[in-house]
Amino acid sequence: MSSMISSDLLKPFKLKTKQQELLIRVSILCLVYILAFITRLFSVLRYESMIHEFDPYFNYRTTLYLTQNGFYDFWNWFDSESWYPLGRIIGGTLYPGLMVTAALIYRLLHFLRFAVHIREVCVLTAPFFASNTTLVAYFFGKEIWDSGAGLVAAILIAVCPGYISRSVAGSYDNEGVAIFALLFTFYLFVKAVNTGSLAWGLASAFGYFYMVSAWGGYVFIINLIPLYVLVLLITGRYSMRLYVAYNCMYILGMLLAMQIRFVGFQHVQSGEHMAAMGVFFLMQVFYFLDWVKHMLSDTKLFQAFLKITVTFAVAVGAVALGVGMVSGYISPWTGRFYSLLDPTYAKDHIPIIASVSEHQPTAWSSFMFDFHILLFLFPAGLYFCFKRLSDATIFIVMYGLTSLYFAGVMVRLILVATPAVCLISAIAVSATVKNLTVLLRSKNKVVQTGSTKGTSSGKASSKASLDQSQPFQKNGAMALLFGAFYLLSKYATHCTWVTSEAYSSPSIVLAARGAHGNRVIFDDYREAYFWLRQNTPPDAKVMSWWDYGYQITAMGNRTVIVDNNTWNNTHIATVGRAMSSYEDEAYEIMRSLDVDYVLVVFGGVTGYSSDDINKFLWMVRIGGGVFPVIREPDYLVNGEYRVDKGAAPKMLNCLMYKLSYYRFGELVTEYGRPPGYDRARGVEIGNKDIKLEHLEEAFTTSNWIVRIYKVKPPNNRW
Amino acid sequence: MGRSSSTKDAQALFHSLRSAYAATPVNLKIIDLYVGFAVFTALIQVVYMAIVGSFPFNSFLSGVLSCVGTAVLAVCLRIQVNKENKEFKDLPPERAFADFVLCNLVLHLVIMNFLG
Repeated sequence: MSSMISSDLLKPFKLKTKQQELLIRVSILCLVYILAFITRLFSVLRYESMIHEFDPYFNYRTTLYLTQNGFYDFWNWFDSESWYPLGRIIGGTLYPGLMVTAALIYRLLHFLRFAVHIREVCVLTAPFFASNTTLVAYFFGKEIWDSGAGLVAAILIAVCPGYISRSVAGSYDNEGVAIFALLFTFYLFVKAVNTGSLAWGLASAFGYFYMVSAWGGYVFIINLIPLYVLVLLITGRYSMRLYVAYNCMYILGMLLAMQIRFVGFQHVQSGEHMAAMGVFFLMQVFYFLDWVKHMLSDTKLFQAFLKITVTFAVAVGAVALGVGMVSGYISPWTGRFYSLLDPTYAKDHIPIIASVSEHQPTAWSSFMFDFHILLFLFPAGLYFCFKRLSDATIFIVMYGLTSLYFAGVMVRLILVATPAVCLISAIAVSATVKNLTVLLRSKNKVVQTGSTKGTSSGKASSKASLDQSQPFQKNGAMALLFGAFYLLSKYATHCTWVTSEAYSSPSIVLAARGAHGNRVIFDDYREAYFWLRQNTPPDAKVMSWWDYGYQITAMGNRTVIVDNNTWNNTHIATVGRAMSSYEDEAYEIMRSLDVDYVLVVFGGVTGYSSDDINKFLWMVRIGGGVFPVIREPDYLVNGEYRVDKGAAPKMLNCLMYKLSYYRFGELVTEYGRPPGYDRARGVEIGNKDIKLEHLEEAFTTSNWIVRIYKVKPPNNRW
Repeated sequence: MGRSSSTKDAQALFHSLRSAYAATPVNLKIIDLYVGFAVFTALIQVVYMAIVGSFPFNSFLSGVLSCVGTAVLAVCLRIQVNKENKEFKDLPPERAFADFVLCNLVLHLVIMNFLG
């Protein structure tokens, strides 16, 4: 496209300024679009084209099913391979947006006769949508500030590590698509508010529909937009445009969202969505009153009318809400929602949410890591936004502040804050650079910039005339410009470094440095899953901690007891109880669950620290939350978690310990250490003589990372 | 004393509202009638739900939302074609009506899917 335009434009050779600007803008956008894609390909180049981590394996498996069996089978799919013996209704319990998107891309490519495998499509979906997000960021920035800010926003978001962390090639997860949908919805809504057109409102409703179909984070939209409307109403910045935009978006968006089965009636039944409905009714009352006020000339009469109507409306609203809450028609807020508002809630009440590492509160360093200079530019951008308040800048300020709060509560929500931080920082960069270049270009006299609107040019001129009296102002502006470019180039190098070092490892294949600086690859996970696929009966049931459930079903093609969906706490607690009981008690539980194989992940040989022994306390906690026979203090010594000789006796004999360290006492892992030296925890293990009675070792991978045991059939009765 | 004055107030309010409303253009009055009808239908459905029960909940929801959506979209149309609203000076009434029809089309297609 850019080449076409440039060839068109280059014929007269001399271009008008407007055309030149357009050419530069389009080519920058094209480059950013490509950059956003290729900076996410590190993992494909280093390893291979594969799906990363845990949840993406489920998404990949469902997409595969969707492309093979068609949409209706997918929609009605009852999966008996997970959550044995319960099974899972897949079609009704997932957000289908990602899978449908990937399947559509796959169909389109095949229609165009590109015979790609569905895996390649899945691997590259997230980078592709990241590229599209940069375009949306450009248009959004243009809408709230000007096209310069839009361009800077597109560049910043293309390489921002906070977004890259969830959208590298291979991380085939809902968030990759959802951030695009989120920003797109917001952009369309702001556009609808700015124009007051029903068509843009309808478009934002469709954007919302896509977001609802893609990710549970849509709750953020359905709470942020009413909050924004409420703020506009309170500060007196309401307008008819707002009425049109919000009502059209809410009614149509709600109705469209109800078509997603996993969301269903939640928009009228759950506490999280009630704010939007309340604001909807409030707005009707408000505009009705406004209309009556407009019709009546007598203020005293209107006061009386106002009193009656407001009392009536508040009474009806309170009664409706009270009846709904008491009768149980409106469900109270869920634990996840509480844990967002109150960071300490999950730790006290829901161990299964607290156990996930990405649900932990954010450390300062990870803000610095993910945002770099944006962290400093953000307040500056807020300053510029407040200086030029409009409906759009109020929106972006509210989006930035609320999402930054949520980012502080949970690490994974940095992702939601990233677009807002990029946009606000882009405003800061763009406004500063513009001011400086205006200063540089002015030849002793104040040059009026035609592009800036109304008050800003007046302010600029007054500021410039003020600055005229200062000496060395041109040199100062030059120095500041160089400083800005230095910081931005630092940002670019930091982003590339972070992407390549931290966010591009698939975590299914592990890489480490060997003793001579060479790279060592541990491919144990896939080794184990392929062993399962090849050597176990097709109907074998595998018990493992829930983290590995999706991978076992997707790669090993075997039935699992629990997986990463975590919808049934009791079932997970049963597995946790089995893992933390003595072997004969665990055997009873495994018999009752019909378990054939047990899979544990063990990092003692390689020094891989996120293994099952390190996760073990969460198994105890989650198991103990349902079955009080499991008590956490039994596994601790003076509040300390140990696996060496000083460990608690129950710890040394529980199933997880035995399965992890079986025959490990014979192995010398490091030169100059006694046999049975655990490299992940740096201690010599306490129980080297482990005998298994009801299980037998079936397979251990080459680096001992995955160990699989077979559950023996019961002994003869005599 | 207070009661009679408040009824008088209410009467005065009613009268002044009525006289002010009489000056509204006819096309806006037609839209108002349409809105009133939609809200009335929604109320009937809610009362029916309260008496009979909400069992096919999606049918009830689609019925009510169809009425509420129609009403709200008509109010939006009314706002956009009202000459007194300076915010929409640039928007021709034909464009507003086209948007209105488009939104209604989407609304009722989705409702047909949801009616079940």
